[in-house]
Amino acid sequence: MTDVGIIGVGIHPFGRTEGRSGIDMGIYAVREALSDSNLNWEDVQFAYGGSDASGNADTMVKQLGLSGVQFVNVKNGCATGGSALYSVASTIKAGEYDIGLAVGFDKHPRGAFNPLPEEWGLPDWYGAQGYMLTTQFFAMKIKRYMHDFNISDLSLGRISEKSFANAEHAEHAWRRSPVSLAEIMESPMVNDPLRKYMFCSPAEGGVALILASEKKAREIGAPFIKLDAAIMRTRPQGSFEVFAPSIDNDIDGSATRLASQAAFDLAGIGPEDFDLAQLQDTDAGTEIIHMAENGLCADGEQEQWLAEGKTLLNGQLPINTDGGCIACGEPIGASGLRQVYENVVQLRGQAGARQVQNDPRVAYSHVYGAPGVSAVTILRK
Amino acid sequence: MDQDITGEIPHLVLSEDGNYYLQGGHNEASGKYVFPLMGGDKAFFEPVPLKREGTVWSFTVQRFRPKTPPYAGPDDFIPYLVAYVDLPGQLKVEARLVDIEEEEVEIGLPVELTVIPDINGTPGSVMHAFRPLEKRAA
Repeated sequence: MTDVGIIGVGIHPFGRTEGRSGIDMGIYAVREALSDSNLNWEDVQFAYGGSDASGNADTMVKQLGLSGVQFVNVKNGCATGGSALYSVASTIKAGEYDIGLAVGFDKHPRGAFNPLPEEWGLPDWYGAQGYMLTTQFFAMKIKRYMHDFNISDLSLGRISEKSFANAEHAEHAWRRSPVSLAEIMESPMVNDPLRKYMFCSPAEGGVALILASEKKAREIGAPFIKLDAAIMRTRPQGSFEVFAPSIDNDIDGSATRLASQAAFDLAGIGPEDFDLAQLQDTDAGTEIIHMAENGLCADGEQEQWLAEGKTLLNGQLPINTDGGCIACGEPIGASGLRQVYENVVQLRGQAGARQVQNDPRVAYSHVYGAPGVSAVTILRK
Repeated sequence: MDQDITGEIPHLVLSEDGNYYLQGGHNEASGKYVFPLMGGDKAFFEPVPLKREGTVWSFTVQRFRPKTPPYAGPDDFIPYLVAYVDLPGQLKVEARLVDIEEEEVEIGLPVELTVIPDINGTPGSVMHAFRPLEKRAA
């Protein structure tokens, strides 16, 4: 099989942009990615793209050019971007095409998501009685985790403090003003133990990635960041995931653990080789849990890691270098691709004031969402 | 195979002794339990009453009003306690906690099933919740 990698990246700033549709943000990102790779739209041989709530990605050919390109729509919840990326990479690895596009975008209304039970295989009463909230699940998951592994409230605050500090230097981030640890710890409680500044918000944005075979990249002289693994997994028996009216007695495994292990196996490298990582941080607690579920540290080690600043920009393993979902917000279809965008920028050494030092060579990304899906990537230069 | 996957299966049932119980599903071969029992589960799980007593496994306070739809509660919002209750040997179920102040709740607290008026306001309609298990004389 041929090697595949990323030769162009584009992003529409995350946050709120009045008067611009989700799909227009996707188109903006595609044009940025084309420009970044010195390609024209007509050079793109095929595309996979999607949004969760902002329409069909393939309709963007009207603005980009009616080239007759093969364009497949993807709708896979929080794994939409990851699934699009996987599909593009697999097609190129199989030798069918040489240049492909993965694009994701979304534009969500303000406030918490309001998913409907019937779309998630759940009875109406589950939503009617006030259980169908992602924030509620994440709060109870971290509450139990903190109890089991001695994680303090202060560690939650440290995650958010880092996110806002990193985002100050990320042009595409939404919330770019640092917030002090004290202010975070005094912000209103939303779902105990999680406070206002510990949550990400639904938002808007778009990301596009142009992938190519290594051979093609060399031909056209494009910078090539190799995609060692792009994996998506659903939940196993016994996992504890979003929208669960009940949980098995023996909790074991998760979609994240399955996806990360499969990626390590495929790439032949593991967490000890990573120079930086982007992890799903729907809230501060989720980042803490995902540090362990992705094998970056053992359960409970997060307390010491965070106290020592190991995941800061200048730490041993910087995490969420652009502020993650907490500072960028979460447009579902774009969120996973934003992580890959950030990793490409970091590996190219183009991240400016948030650049991870010492010439990072391997970068990891991980997205997670309802009803227990996870998509991860490993990039290497 | 006869795939009868239609029909609404009640999750809260009034038993002959006048007490409510949560109805889940049980697969004897694997030992697994599910809750709620959905139409699609019927091929693998037999309806079974779940235990009425358990302990708080985790909890939170819902401090903002969920969006409508799907939330059916009144516009006037009062924060409520939600927990996963560990029903020993069966599974953990998500439920409201009532008759207790939030600062009194802790992981491991013994609780029992109760019913409260349905927040959708339908007269006579109830929904499930758990409350602290009253200390009983030995």
